Amino acid sequence: METLWFVLIAVLWLGYLFLEGFDFGVGMLLPVLGRDNTERRVMINTIGPVWDGNEVWLIVAIGATFAAFPGWYAALLSAAYLPLTLFLIALIGRGVAFDYRGKVDNPRWRKAWDFTIVAGSWIATLCVGLLISTTVLGLPIDANGDRVGSPFAAIRLDTVIGALAFAGYALVHGAVFTALKTEGEIRERARRVALTLAPVALLPLVALLAIVAGLWAAVVVAILGLAMWRLAADRDGQSFALMGLAIAATVTILFGSLYPNVLPSTLNDAWSLTVANTASSPYTLQVITWVAGFGTPAVLVYQGWTYWVFRKRIGVKHIPAAH
Amino acid sequence: MEVLELARWQFGITTVYHFLMVPLTIGLSLLVAGMQTAWVRTGNERYYKMTKFWGKLLLINFAMGVVTGIVQEFQFGMAWSAYSRFVGDVFGAPLAMEGIVAFFVESTFLGLWIFGWDKLPKKVHLACAWAFSLATMASAYFILAANSWMQHPVGIEMHEGRPRLTSIWAVLTNNTVLAAFPHTIAGAFAVSAAFLVGIAAWHLYRKSEEERVWRSSLKLGTWVGVVAFAALSISGDLQGKLMFEQQPMKMAAAEALCHTEQPASFSVFAVGDVTRPDCENVKSITVPALLSFLAHNDFSSEVKGIQDLVPMYQEKYGEFYPVDERLGELSGKPIDYVPALPVTYWGFRLMIGFGAISAGLGVFMLWLTRKNRTPTGWWFPVLGLAGIATPFLANSAGWIFTEMGRQPFVVVPNPSGVDGVWMFTAQAVSQATVGEILTSLIALTTVYTVLAVVEFYLIRKYVRGGIPGVLPQKTDDGALAFAY
Repeated sequence: METLWFVLIAVLWLGYLFLEGFDFGVGMLLPVLGRDNTERRVMINTIGPVWDGNEVWLIVAIGATFAAFPGWYAALLSAAYLPLTLFLIALIGRGVAFDYRGKVDNPRWRKAWDFTIVAGSWIATLCVGLLISTTVLGLPIDANGDRVGSPFAAIRLDTVIGALAFAGYALVHGAVFTALKTEGEIRERARRVALTLAPVALLPLVALLAIVAGLWAAVVVAILGLAMWRLAADRDGQSFALMGLAIAATVTILFGSLYPNVLPSTLNDAWSLTVANTASSPYTLQVITWVAGFGTPAVLVYQGWTYWVFRKRIGVKHIPAAH
Repeated sequence: MEVLELARWQFGITTVYHFLMVPLTIGLSLLVAGMQTAWVRTGNERYYKMTKFWGKLLLINFAMGVVTGIVQEFQFGMAWSAYSRFVGDVFGAPLAMEGIVAFFVESTFLGLWIFGWDKLPKKVHLACAWAFSLATMASAYFILAANSWMQHPVGIEMHEGRPRLTSIWAVLTNNTVLAAFPHTIAGAFAVSAAFLVGIAAWHLYRKSEEERVWRSSLKLGTWVGVVAFAALSISGDLQGKLMFEQQPMKMAAAEALCHTEQPASFSVFAVGDVTRPDCENVKSITVPALLSFLAHNDFSSEVKGIQDLVPMYQEKYGEFYPVDERLGELSGKPIDYVPALPVTYWGFRLMIGFGAISAGLGVFMLWLTRKNRTPTGWWFPVLGLAGIATPFLANSAGWIFTEMGRQPFVVVPNPSGVDGVWMFTAQAVSQATVGEILTSLIALTTVYTVLAVVEFYLIRKYVRGGIPGVLPQKTDDGALAFAY
């Protein structure tokens, strides 16, 4: 039962990284791919109806961790206090920005919110990367699960590579998504940017995987290579699907190598938090299993339906003045 | 400053702020869904315009409620990790359920609703409005169930020093949440009603375009308000009676009742300092025997005072905090079982007072605008707009009262519950540094302040813009606008 929930939480993170990964990427690339206001509006509209739903995968991943592994939730969130504060502020700014940007017809107003979207997307994705690599690579925690030492203990060379890994992935993933969802000049630009950036931007991800799991990184390298090849061949949809497969493989490798730990202690192996020593009681796990068992398939159906409703590519001509 | 104090301030500020947005979102969502239903069923353009106008204001507010809500979920782990470890087996479940059952529906269907105006069939689009509105209510239920468990722990056993969930059904049907939920939802409708009334009154006074839209909005607001306040008093009375049983100290503190009285009188207003030890000297205007009635439906019953409750609490839950370095300067110190009396006493009165003012204003507005009249005096819109603040203030005061009133506990012992299930707030906080909490407190407060200004500005702008400001524009090729 504990193992099932460990897998489910990995799946929730996967859903989050795959889905919000591209909306982070779109935000990060806003000034690069969107040369003028209308183009930027096109980009925001590609994620407009869905980004909030994507973000709920994070809320549920964290909520499920609280319910299924309170010890993991408590230790990780309190130990990474400052990075998470930054993360929350980035998410707040970015979330409000999408909604408020078009509400006043004034270039300075839009510019300010565009800046918030770009900065918020960059910071948030770096923080997510830091959080995930921290839980995989470990923290100096004591027997009680409390952090020993500096508030910056979560920021080390390997976790910084982890932060860059997810930012780099989101960057390329966002460009591929933009190529898939737009038409005209902006689509061409997105494809070019993805192909140009990929070799550099995806490097930290490969490095992180190599640190954690050695040669297994090659699997992800191969999938990413395929994704870029399909993009070069003008097959946006296949490329996007392969990017999804790449993050699935990444999450599988990272969480697979973490198990049965959930947060290793870098001070003493005996103090590591594990699936067994942080899990809730069998009854609690049973309760949330029922809820997730019925709830999650429904979520997949109606979120899938949303993407179907908004499946059409968006171009500059769909954008009215003053947005 | 200590970590504990800072973490409490942070929780208080972020939660009160979050709960400025939430009730308006809950109430207005359902009212907008209702307006849209009226439009779809009758085809009357007036209801379409109402949906568009109030829907726009709803969206401005919704975004803020969502983003400030994320902070809440993280905060338990970040600042209150000892609490999270202690109660995780019970408290995490409703939070996870809230995410899976409510937040996914809310965010997904809100996105569909915003962007789906010209993409979805009318009735499907309407169903999206109902989906996200009902999901906001569902989320309120789960989080209130979690909060009610802290006020009155049920459905558990003690296992290796921690409460372990034995019945989720007991947690979800806790009598505390069954009273708190209707009270909170009625409060949400009171807020939304005042919002409708105030803004519609201003437009009527200004003789803005679309008089019928404002007339209907005002009528809807006043009637919803009247019903909401009736529901608030009934559910509030029920809640009070439960509290006298479940948290006698909180209710004694609400009254600053020093000595046990039989029959007990209700204090309407106090002159002087209600803080101990001066509470003996307070001159207060009282209604004889009313408190007895409020507590037990019996004008002659006994209500326990603070001075008699303290020894009872000391005997049951200990006189001193355990000696533990994690407790900081409270380690081994005597436990103060009395909540901050000025806060509880005045919090309770401000909740009821602002609620009553708001209810009175609602009825007065109803009378003023009878038979489609519109008063021409400048005081009419001023009264309406000022009235918007009153239910917000009542909500905040109510929550501050109920959360401060359970101190020094974070999980209040259930008098008839399982032995050992309680937690002092001092034991709940993370082993964080002052620097960390101070940083987040300053950062979040700053961001929240800026956003409050921005939200206020936007709401004001769209209120002034009236109906023309919210109707969709056509693009050159005839495609409808496709944006927020």
